[in-house]
Amino acid sequence: MKRGGLVLFSIMGLLLAWGVLEFPGLGDPSSPASSHLSPYYIQHSLTDTAVPNMVTAVLADYRGYDTMFETIVIFTAAIVCIFLLRTFKPPASRYRMYRHMATGITLRIEKGGKTPDDSEHFERIDSVWVPHDLVIRTTCRMVIPFIQVFALYVIAHGHHSPGGGFQGGVILGASVVLFAVCFDLRRTIRYLGEKMCALLCALGVLIYAGTGILCMGLQSNFLDYSALAGLFGTDPVMARSHGILIVEIGVGMAVMAVMVMLYYNLASAGRHDEGL
Amino acid sequence: MEIFQIWVLPRLNYLIYIFLMLLGLYGMLVKRNYMKKVIGLNILQTAIILFFISTAAKIGATIPIIANHEHHGSHAAVNAVQYINPLPHVLMLTAIVVAVATLGVALAMVIRIYQLFSTIEEDQVLLQLRRETLVADAKESFHD
Amino acid sequence: MIWSIELIILFLVALFGMGALAVKDLLGAAILFGAYSFLLCLLWAIMGAVDVAFTEASVGAGISTVLIVSAVLRTTRRSED
Repeated sequence: MKRGGLVLFSIMGLLLAWGVLEFPGLGDPSSPASSHLSPYYIQHSLTDTAVPNMVTAVLADYRGYDTMFETIVIFTAAIVCIFLLRTFKPPASRYRMYRHMATGITLRIEKGGKTPDDSEHFERIDSVWVPHDLVIRTTCRMVIPFIQVFALYVIAHGHHSPGGGFQGGVILGASVVLFAVCFDLRRTIRYLGEKMCALLCALGVLIYAGTGILCMGLQSNFLDYSALAGLFGTDPVMARSHGILIVEIGVGMAVMAVMVMLYYNLASAGRHDEGL
Repeated sequence: MEIFQIWVLPRLNYLIYIFLMLLGLYGMLVKRNYMKKVIGLNILQTAIILFFISTAAKIGATIPIIANHEHHGSHAAVNAVQYINPLPHVLMLTAIVVAVATLGVALAMVIRIYQLFSTIEEDQVLLQLRRETLVADAKESFHD
Repeated sequence: MIWSIELIILFLVALFGMGALAVKDLLGAAILFGAYSFLLCLLWAIMGAVDVAFTEASVGAGISTVLIVSAVLRTTRRSED
């Protein structure tokens, strides 16, 4: 298998390398890829949509359908992950670990024992023992708000600088994952629950599709944001810029919730009790 | 030697992309560990994304964000030669996010396989499946 | 674009890709894969694809590595090949 695979891949690589010799050199300004469609985008995106960042303009305006179904794809991925992994059955023969807060003594309670879940003096810790690390927790407490503000900036400032809904949403999700890594999964789920995540996922997709349907209701094409000019009270060009912002907010919400949901399900194997 | 300098050297990076793509395929087909297969899948995806982005590059051009724009309405001429082609960037930006979605689904399947077979080696999983079918066949023939 | 730096990073990318597939410890493979993603992000920043580089830095080097490490935690760390 190994030797046959190597022979097969070397034949395939030689064929591909032979094909590559016909390609234009790297960075050729007159190559076919940059001489047919892209000059239109480069020359007209600012005058059409008032967005200096061409990538954002093409992503959310000219290719709006593509991005909408991209959002639906990642939404589907989160749902598939839930269907594959989520389980509500408690695992057989498992013990739980608790820490007495005042003294720092660790308790191990076997299955069937009385668990001090509702007591104020005990906190549940992961069964893979994690030391009580003050430095990491304090650092994360200080860093996480700045990460979240930066993520919101990335979403809102995607018109003028690199960034947009996808990047900002992923960074926002990463801040939640960082919280779950340095504290524990149960506390994170208490703040941002599973139902809330599912709601945010669906709401993000709904904002995107709803913007398109609103444009249709205003007697224009699906996702043609210039129809929203009357609602915003601006000219059609600026309305397209504002429409892109609304859509990016929807994408950011959906991506953030999907990333958090994927982490919850993968890190706890679907049980949502003990994380990384 | 001349052929090497004229043809191969300007396209050396394409050859490395091909190598990365074949590396990903090798990981997916030959490696027997499911986690290695998932990593191979991701290497294959990134090799193709790398190829697409390299077609967008232009010598002497800048990043696709229009600089020094005043408020819109000022129809300053934007020359297409000055900016890098933004279209492959858009296509590949969404492809990266879809790649992480497929990664999540693939890892969920790996975890599920581990829960069912308590191994993530492909040959051991196949061995267990074969044993199960053998036992089932034997039971059926016994009842007949 | 600086071609020599790009080629050096490309060779490093190929090296890290081979490492991620060759290492027998899956946690090490996850970390090598994160380094691979980050080098790709540098490569795209050199090519001028800033948005793609930003996405790869947050998705590939950030979330993907966390997802693979958490999956390794829930399965096994050893690999036969």
